[in-house]
Amino acid sequence: MIDFELTGKLKSQQQMMRGFAEQAMRPLARKYDEEEHEKPTELLKMVQGFMKGGVGGSMGGGGEKKKKEEGGEKKRSEANLTTAIAVEETFYGDAGIALAFPGQGLGGAAVQATGTPEQKAEFLARFSEDEPVWGAMAITEPEAGSDTANIRTTAVKDGDEWVLNGEKIFVTSGKSALEDSKGFVVVWATVDPKAGRAGIKPFIVEYGTPGMQITKVEDKLGIRCSDTVSLSFMDCRIPEKNILGSAEVVDPKKASTKGFKGVMATFDATRPLVAMMAIGVGRAALDELKRIMAEEGLEIRYAISPGRMTAIERDIMDMEANLKAARLLTYRSIWMLDNGERNSLEASMAKAKAGLAVTHITQKCVELMGPLGYSREMLFEKWMRDAKINDIFEGTGQIQMLVTARNVLGFGRDKLK
Amino acid sequence: MLSFELSEEQALVKETIAGFATDQIDPMAREMDESGEVSQDLVKTGWELEIVASCVPEEYGGFGEGPSALTGAIAYEELAYGDLSTALHICSPTSMAYTVLMDGTEDQKKTLLPNACGEEFKAAGAALVEPKFSFCPSKLETTAIREGTEYVLSGKKCLVPLAKESDNLLVFATTDPGAGFAGVDAFVVPCNNRDVAIGEREKNMGLKALSTHEVTFKNAKVPIEAKVGGNKGIDYLNLISRSRLALAAMSIGLMRRAAEHSRDYAKERVAFGEPIASRQAIAFMIAEMFIETDATRMLVWEAAWKCDRGDEFAKEAALAKNYAAEKCMKVCDYAVQVMGGHGYVRDNMPELWFRNARAFSTLEGLVMV
Repeated sequence: MIDFELTGKLKSQQQMMRGFAEQAMRPLARKYDEEEHEKPTELLKMVQGFMKGGVGGSMGGGGEKKKKEEGGEKKRSEANLTTAIAVEETFYGDAGIALAFPGQGLGGAAVQATGTPEQKAEFLARFSEDEPVWGAMAITEPEAGSDTANIRTTAVKDGDEWVLNGEKIFVTSGKSALEDSKGFVVVWATVDPKAGRAGIKPFIVEYGTPGMQITKVEDKLGIRCSDTVSLSFMDCRIPEKNILGSAEVVDPKKASTKGFKGVMATFDATRPLVAMMAIGVGRAALDELKRIMAEEGLEIRYAISPGRMTAIERDIMDMEANLKAARLLTYRSIWMLDNGERNSLEASMAKAKAGLAVTHITQKCVELMGPLGYSREMLFEKWMRDAKINDIFEGTGQIQMLVTARNVLGFGRDKLK
Repeated sequence: MLSFELSEEQALVKETIAGFATDQIDPMAREMDESGEVSQDLVKTGWELEIVASCVPEEYGGFGEGPSALTGAIAYEELAYGDLSTALHICSPTSMAYTVLMDGTEDQKKTLLPNACGEEFKAAGAALVEPKFSFCPSKLETTAIREGTEYVLSGKKCLVPLAKESDNLLVFATTDPGAGFAGVDAFVVPCNNRDVAIGEREKNMGLKALSTHEVTFKNAKVPIEAKVGGNKGIDYLNLISRSRLALAAMSIGLMRRAAEHSRDYAKERVAFGEPIASRQAIAFMIAEMFIETDATRMLVWEAAWKCDRGDEFAKEAALAKNYAAEKCMKVCDYAVQVMGGHGYVRDNMPELWFRNARAFSTLEGLVMV
């Protein structure tokens, strides 16, 4: 049965997260935007305390997949939905702070998607300790952004170790994971540069590993509370067992979920969560706009014909419809994931819609608020800057369109470049 | 618990109508648009789907428990996938039937509903839209003024479907000017009333197979029993919202048809040595068509779900309808564009969809879920 009602349990979690977002996060939003590279240490400790690195700004926990049970009966799970709801609420609070939350992050999601049970046990246990810990993922390189197959960082087997060499950029929470806590980064490197995608494998590099260095902490347009770093690897040696999945280079057509396909599996699980991040920011801006307009006496006449509406009424309706559509598309893709269905198409649709909608919504809100929107006295301009990242990270809006188009057309990357 | 899974009944409805729309309606769409007539065979077969009867309770001639907006939305999407004119024609009796079923007096239900549940299709058009650019359902210029035991109707309506073949029309008119949606009532008006003038068949840009007329009421007198719901009247905002959902649901069918057409064409059509779908400029348009089709469906389903639960849903229905009208136009514009010159000629379907799509920004009240 089609049902848009969240369970009572989820609704109360949502309420709780909303309260936390409004009371603990929002008041700090401006401070940690202005004081880039500072962290709300006390808040992050508290987050670790009550979330144990589970849900929130970190995107971990999204990799869990539920398989169909024997006999065709589907196993109902709401693990990803629970995370998604928390993501929307925390990003409603503040995107920068939410992204700085401790937790397994994308690195953990990669372990979830591609690691063995032993690896999961070994590397993920730390996230439920008392002290905040971060996991990070390093894919992007100066010469390889969306084009992940072009990764040049190498991993060479030497005895019972892997030796990594190369440079990674745009590593979210890299400083938090490697300098501020006993975390790790999952580094994607090629074991066979001639093999293309099939040669690219994920490796876990622990904090403090010699040969790995943070070479830059980025200054950014938005999400300033979250650190984004460059990493260099110079003969960085890691144990043999730190490769996630198999080291074997197999024909990509025959590959299962390991290796490079693991990147995609990671994204299938995390794309909807990135969409929810966007939706949280969009809702923050739109709710505040509507609150202020209502105070000023604006009543939105939803049911009259569009031709009789004021420009502001039409804008607000348009924004509401887009935000709602983005959220529902995202819910759908998460529901599929929770039911063990492949959701590549739906997840890319959701992220494409959400990134675009929220980029537009937050820009429109600044416009409609006029000088108040443009002023740093209010948060509208910050939301507009924060929102833009959702159209870029974990696949730009254009990449989402490309993935969606390939899925719709049934074209591989050979037929649609 | 969040779920996007159709019920068994909904899945069956979807499958049945999808088969009918794909195998029978769709192949006729061009011919009907050119001839200006919806095929009577299609109307007959469509009526056998018992869309109305399956919603009307047994005591009034049907075998249902009231309309489900969600099931209706699923059914209408499939019908309109075949052809919008045909979908509107087949579903046009729903406005009268559901209005009477939901808000009518016991007498009105007993008199009018069995007719709407018969084996033969019986036309009953709804007269809501008025021929002016500033038309708004909350500000109808057609008035109904009480005079003793009668109401006197005056005003002009347009886009009244099947007015020529209906025995009665469902006419929406203002009884309390200035009261907005609360000031509108519905009347069951016989077409043979001498002060009801049914004009020439309208000539519209699209929906050319659907017969619509302008209808003028020149102080047409009807007994007070013609007022739906008696003293209580109607829940007009609810009816309008149900109509908006019905129309928005139909727009999804049209969008899906157009999106699939563009997808299939772009994979076949070769230019510069490869299928045009291999070019991002085309591929991204197609991706957007599919995204917006699904986005609209999500908005419609959520609003319909609220409606079925008895929650307030007027806002959601309006959001869905306005979004649908805009996106359907865009998607059908893309369907023409993907084909280029071939999309502009009447040998191919996109130009027909392009004309039909714009109707959603104008239509109100013609059909309901």
